[in-house]
Amino acid sequence: MFESKSGIFFIAGLFFFAFAFLSNAVVPMLMYRDLPEKTVAELVNPNIRYQFEDMAQRYPQQFKKHYGEPPEDPQQADAWYNEKCAEAMKLGRDWYVGEGCWHCHSQFVRPVSNESLRWGPVSESEEYQNELQRPVLFGTRRVGPDLSREGGRRSTDWHAVHLFAPTDLSPDSPMPAYPWFFDGAADKPNKRGLAVLTYIQWLGSWLESYPYYEDYDESPVAKLEQLEQQAEEEEKTEAEKSAEE
Amino acid sequence: MSDVAVATDQEEIPKHGELVDERLVKWYFLAALTYFFISLAGGFLMAFQLIRHNSLDGIELLSPGRWRMVHTNAIAYGFLANAFLGMLHWVIPRLTLQKVLDKRLSMFIFVAWQVVVVSTAVGLILGHAQAVEWGETPVWIDPLALVGLLLVAINFMSPIVKMEGPLYVSLWYFTAAFVWTFLTYAMGNFVPQYYVSGSSAGAVGGLFIHDLVGLFVTPLGWGMMYYFVPILLKKPVWSHGLSLVGFWGLAFFYPLQGIHHFLYTPIPMFLQYGAVMSTIAVELVVLTVVINFFGTLWGDGKEFWENIPIRWFYTGMVYYAMTCFQCALQVTLTFQQLIQFTDWVVGHAHLVMFGVFSMWLMGVMTYLFPRLLKTDWYSRSLCEWHFWLSAVGLLVMAGDLTLAGLFQGWSWMGMMEWNHSYNISQPFWVTRIFAALTILGGQLCFLWNLYKTWQLAPTEAELSQATAAV
Repeated sequence: MFESKSGIFFIAGLFFFAFAFLSNAVVPMLMYRDLPEKTVAELVNPNIRYQFEDMAQRYPQQFKKHYGEPPEDPQQADAWYNEKCAEAMKLGRDWYVGEGCWHCHSQFVRPVSNESLRWGPVSESEEYQNELQRPVLFGTRRVGPDLSREGGRRSTDWHAVHLFAPTDLSPDSPMPAYPWFFDGAADKPNKRGLAVLTYIQWLGSWLESYPYYEDYDESPVAKLEQLEQQAEEEEKTEAEKSAEE
Repeated sequence: MSDVAVATDQEEIPKHGELVDERLVKWYFLAALTYFFISLAGGFLMAFQLIRHNSLDGIELLSPGRWRMVHTNAIAYGFLANAFLGMLHWVIPRLTLQKVLDKRLSMFIFVAWQVVVVSTAVGLILGHAQAVEWGETPVWIDPLALVGLLLVAINFMSPIVKMEGPLYVSLWYFTAAFVWTFLTYAMGNFVPQYYVSGSSAGAVGGLFIHDLVGLFVTPLGWGMMYYFVPILLKKPVWSHGLSLVGFWGLAFFYPLQGIHHFLYTPIPMFLQYGAVMSTIAVELVVLTVVINFFGTLWGDGKEFWENIPIRWFYTGMVYYAMTCFQCALQVTLTFQQLIQFTDWVVGHAHLVMFGVFSMWLMGVMTYLFPRLLKTDWYSRSLCEWHFWLSAVGLLVMAGDLTLAGLFQGWSWMGMMEWNHSYNISQPFWVTRIFAALTILGGQLCFLWNLYKTWQLAPTEAELSQATAAV
């Protein structure tokens, strides 16, 4: 094999591929070997638990039908909610992938293009070291906005209506409707629907700054103007200083 | 010349009929064209959704999100893979003067590959996608597809290993492509699914998107050009030295660039810089290959106008040079700030997958169908229409989406309300529909022409009579 010409190309092919895999894939794997991968159960945090229990109150019949009833003992109920919440996050993620949501909604905030003003803190590696990011859902296209800081930003009701009939809430939106996530009406999400809603509310729920209610009213443009004003004032004072000198 | 003469004296050159299984080539081409139309359907569904005129909205099995994945997968695994396999069944036996390993194995691969593609489409429509871009094939099909790719490699490597004498450029590319396609598929579908998550999975995912184009489609495409262009122009490739530079440059630099699909992610910055630099380096390599082919055409410029397959090939090469030039710009961090996530990327993908590789394969089909059917094309002017509608439609589509990308990027960067970005996209998205209709028109001309040509084709009985008469 080593003496034939086709053997050379065969081995060269293996070599170049291996070289690229080592330098481009094994290096980051080794760099992140200290960050253990979290399981779905470990991802359930108080914020998403709050949202999940809220769903149980909002859609009691649907919730009972698809996820059952919690045990009466408060401690057992706590464990039960955690378990069901993890189950819903996982199923929700499967449908988020299956419907191709990730082809129009990215899941990372870049450090450029004013993205941290629009959505919140720039994404970091730790946020992705978990079972629900296997394979990772960075995404390559944004027709709709980034969703990595979406959780808690809007109410579950808003998301339910938006999934059922997007144009009811965003009249110009090109987003398709997902009526099969519901039993006929926007206030009747089925098992898949509840799961997808849980998954959306989970995105970003791990951040300290969650939820973004503090600066919810302020539009990003206003913030930008504020920053610009500050910069102008600073320039003025500097100009005055230099004039004095 | 004298060498060849001596060789013929000593041993008989095997007949074409013994080497090439023409029936299989035809089947592969027909399968490829079928998936091409399925892919177009998926593209149209998404395009109409974006301009908010999708009357099928709300039907689960016709959800544009799912069909978007059918659109890309049907092109990669349905059209490109099938058409390439048909082409390989023609080229490799003729180049090596050896049969493929086994006829029954070839049949089995044909059937198995159609099972893979159809079940991928069904899986995607039912919502079982895997979160790997260009590899959304449901996880339960991945092992079967991988076995298929291994069998393809074995079946075609057999004649290449057996052949004697110098190894022609096309065979360098094909050999490397068999190794790379198998490895790329295994890496992209298994590593980020079962072994790593997060940023590392992103790095592997980027490598997969990139290698699928760079190590499966590109080497098969160039290998095909190195075979058909000299035959059609009846002269050797301009410079063997440049062929060497082109191949080894591609082999070294191309696989190193995966991470450029995920710039500004949490993937370590030095890896991003590395990917950017090797991408710019590969542009120089690409330039040598394009120069080599235009050097070959030099002096035969009229062939471009008179010979339709040559026109397909060289138009594809012009688009290739455009894509690669665009790539060298868009891969820089400066450009990425603006155009990442926009329709610029979508335009780029269409320019590569349709403008280059699909155009080349259409050229090969235009050249091979008359030889497979033993009759001339029913209508040369339909062939012309096929070419012009495809080439112009694609150019409009790619230019339109590239421009749309710039405006979307500026809208986001300028902190406009989100709906501003898709409202300003409407005129571009409407233009895209018309470009797509033009492309569809071209393919319908081809289909009609093929149907009429097939009717003219002599039956096997007539052919054997004709041979007997001679």
